Amino acid sequence: MRKTNDLILQTVTKIVSFMIFMFALHIFFAGHNNPGGGFVGGLLTSGAIVLLLLAYDLKTVAGSLPIDYKILIAVGLLFAVGTGLGSLVFDVPFLTHAHDIFTLPILGETHLHTAVLFDIGVYLVVVGTTMTIIQTIGENE
Amino acid sequence: MSLLHLAIIAPFILAFFVPFFYKKIKAVHTGWFVLILPAILFAYFLRFLPAVKNQGAIQETVNWIPSLGIDFTAYVDGLGLLFALLITGIGSLVVLYSIFYLSKAKENLGSFYVYLLMFMGAMLGVVLSDNLIVLYTFWELTSFSSFLLIGYWYHRERSRYGAQKSMLITVFGGLAMLGGFLLLYFMTGSFSIREIISQAGDMTGDPFFIPALILVLLGAFTKSAQFPFHIWLPDAMEAPTPVSAYLHSATMVKAGIYLVARMSPVFAEEGTWFWLVSIFGIITLVWASFNAVKQTDLKAILAFSTVSQLGLIMSLLGIGAAALHYTQLNDNIYMAATVAAVFHLINHATFKGSLFMVAGIVDHETGTRDIRHLGGLMHLMPITFTIALIGTFSMAGLPPFNGFLSKEMFFAAMVNVLSLDIFNLETYGVLFPVLAWVGSVFTFIYSMILLFKTFTGKQPAQKWEKKPHEAPLGMLLSPIILAALVIVFGLFPNILSASIIEPAADAIMPAFAEAGQAFNVNITMWHGFSAELYMTIAVVVVGLFLYVFLPKWKHIYNIFPKKLSLNALYDQGLVRTEKISKNMTNAYMNGSIRSYMIYIFIAFIGILSYSMIEKKAVSFELSNLAPIGVYEIVLAIIITVASITILFAKSRLTSIIALGAVGYTVALFFVLFRAPDLALTQLVIETVSVALFLLAFYHLPKMSRKEERIRFKMASAVVSLGVGVVVTLIALSAHNNKLFDSIAQYYIENTKEQAGGANMVNVILVDFRGFDTMFEIAVLGIAALGIFGMIKLRLSRRQDG
Repeated sequence: MRKTNDLILQTVTKIVSFMIFMFALHIFFAGHNNPGGGFVGGLLTSGAIVLLLLAYDLKTVAGSLPIDYKILIAVGLLFAVGTGLGSLVFDVPFLTHAHDIFTLPILGETHLHTAVLFDIGVYLVVVGTTMTIIQTIGENE
Repeated sequence: MSLLHLAIIAPFILAFFVPFFYKKIKAVHTGWFVLILPAILFAYFLRFLPAVKNQGAIQETVNWIPSLGIDFTAYVDGLGLLFALLITGIGSLVVLYSIFYLSKAKENLGSFYVYLLMFMGAMLGVVLSDNLIVLYTFWELTSFSSFLLIGYWYHRERSRYGAQKSMLITVFGGLAMLGGFLLLYFMTGSFSIREIISQAGDMTGDPFFIPALILVLLGAFTKSAQFPFHIWLPDAMEAPTPVSAYLHSATMVKAGIYLVARMSPVFAEEGTWFWLVSIFGIITLVWASFNAVKQTDLKAILAFSTVSQLGLIMSLLGIGAAALHYTQLNDNIYMAATVAAVFHLINHATFKGSLFMVAGIVDHETGTRDIRHLGGLMHLMPITFTIALIGTFSMAGLPPFNGFLSKEMFFAAMVNVLSLDIFNLETYGVLFPVLAWVGSVFTFIYSMILLFKTFTGKQPAQKWEKKPHEAPLGMLLSPIILAALVIVFGLFPNILSASIIEPAADAIMPAFAEAGQAFNVNITMWHGFSAELYMTIAVVVVGLFLYVFLPKWKHIYNIFPKKLSLNALYDQGLVRTEKISKNMTNAYMNGSIRSYMIYIFIAFIGILSYSMIEKKAVSFELSNLAPIGVYEIVLAIIITVASITILFAKSRLTSIIALGAVGYTVALFFVLFRAPDLALTQLVIETVSVALFLLAFYHLPKMSRKEERIRFKMASAVVSLGVGVVVTLIALSAHNNKLFDSIAQYYIENTKEQAGGANMVNVILVDFRGFDTMFEIAVLGIAALGIFGMIKLRLSRRQDG
């Protein structure tokens, strides 16, 4: 069988997947005040990776993104549970969040919220889950 | 913990150590170690005799579960003491007998004595407990240990059959009895028999009273092998002979008698009690003695004989209940029935125990128990013959043995029924003496068969397995002691009357003892020419006549077809029950998920529609609905069309795409109803799941890919319509039954202020209710790992090649 040439697809993917990735990050960080959040952000991130998978192949993508997605799930869960446990240190109930406005060196006045840490957990688990499923099914003969 | 409690528990403690004796000390027969305990206990219980006679009762309590009113209260009165003496006395003799009966080399003696001691302790517990729950506990322990003992030779099919049968029947009765006890508790608020008796008068009108009475009697009848539950006892004869002698003649089968006697003060005022106890007793007496005549196995004869004698005692207890209706009489003649019951209880234990031991000796010496292969043993085994003669004559009710006395008292009690003027006894009362007399005639016949067919006549043609000779002295010792007691009690019955029979009768009928009408038991051998004496003479004459001409009328037993016997009924019942339950299970557990879904949905429809109609919850209030816009209508039409397409599509691919259309329309609905987060998520998730569906479709096996429409099934259509209607009705009704305001206002006010976010959905997800989210992502992780595991770890397929 003659090998097809995916030049256009691959070139477009290079640019588009980056844009999707950025959009996913935007959606993730905007989540607290606008529609979005960890769940949709995670799904969109996986979308970007899936696009890469479609344009290239499993091996290439695994080479450029050397991530074990199963570990990603674990890390995500650790973030979520860790955020909850962190509140216990301050003698408040499990999963009590705190937020305040800080003045940071470069960013200036920034509103920081522990809920973001929790959302990072959600984000990582969603990416890990979708990618584990797709990769596992894709590798299956 | 008093010494009395220790005495009850002692057999269990010793049972724990028996295996050590058995394994470590091989030179000595384990039975010798066991023998010490019942002998000590017997002596210990003898010491209670004067105290019980003078004070009435001794009571000791140990807390067990005080919060539930369950305490291990040991209560020794005349009745309990009588049984305790029987259990320990005959227990010692049986252990002594078993030492010579069971071979040290061939039998697993460790288990035997463990079971036997367990049984002894359980039986002591039954008769000495005042608390009903404790009594029930020990009661079931007797059932279990009896089960183990009957199945002692478990390699024999008949033993296992007999053990299972006795287990099923006695446990059935035991559970019924527990029900009766619980009803008694509901009525009186106490598990203590003393307490319940003190409240007996208040219970008579209670709706639970008769059910409690019947349930307790069920327990007593099954345990004491009363008609029609007697069928387990003949099959229990597969047990080793010491077990038959101990459990199935002297002790366990009398647990039911004990229960009836013990519960008499509670129930005896009730006419139902009188009728049930005396009628079942007298029927058992006649039926079992009639059947005993046709048996050919020595132990089978003895088993039916035991059943019939138990019926005799039971009927006496029933008649004794009549005494309560004549409390005004100074010299209460019905009280004599209770005394006769107690007296015969003792007598039966003595002669039946010795007869079982004789049967065991004959079996041991000749290798057979079949009377057709026995005969002429009189000269070979003179001592055994003498014991058998004493036992059978006593059983038949001949003077000068104790059976004669109790039989006379039995007749006297039955004749006294004629003078009762309650419960329509003027008309039916005559049945009692007639049936009693008929039963006694058959008793006489089988007693003679038992004695003469075994020991007299010619020796059979074919040789026995062994050359019979007199049994060793150790084996004869126990039956000799019992036979001696038969004669002693026959000649001097009054040594028993003051010391034990009176207190026991007092315990059964406390109403008289309390009223100060202490009655004196005076049993005499000769009491003039009375009706009962003529009845006895008639029994002997007719019995002898029938015995001599037995071969002429024996065929009447063949008239009654075997198929209609109670045993066949039991066997058939068991087989049928198994078959029916198997068929039932196979009928509905057919392995098809479709059927199970139908059951689930039908239950769903049934329960929900019933409760909605019952509570009148259906309502169609349309006033507080929001206005419906054009977009909603358009989307609803799309979603409906797509859903119908899924159902009627010919190709699976069409269904998948239609499902995707439904999903995207739902996302549009979310947009329309202003839920941007949901819309976003729904869009992405729908895409992923449609892709997965396509994947599954692509990998369908070529063979079954044949595209065809979903087959129409009426049942499925009806059920699915039903579910849809019910859910719609619930949704509509629930909408109209909002009882409280929504709590959403709190979130609207506090999202920004407390949680520092503007996206309320996200704030709820990660902050207000982050706990749920945490576990939802755990669910996602588990799903991913599950898929990974399913695909990567295919151990079985790899093994298959």
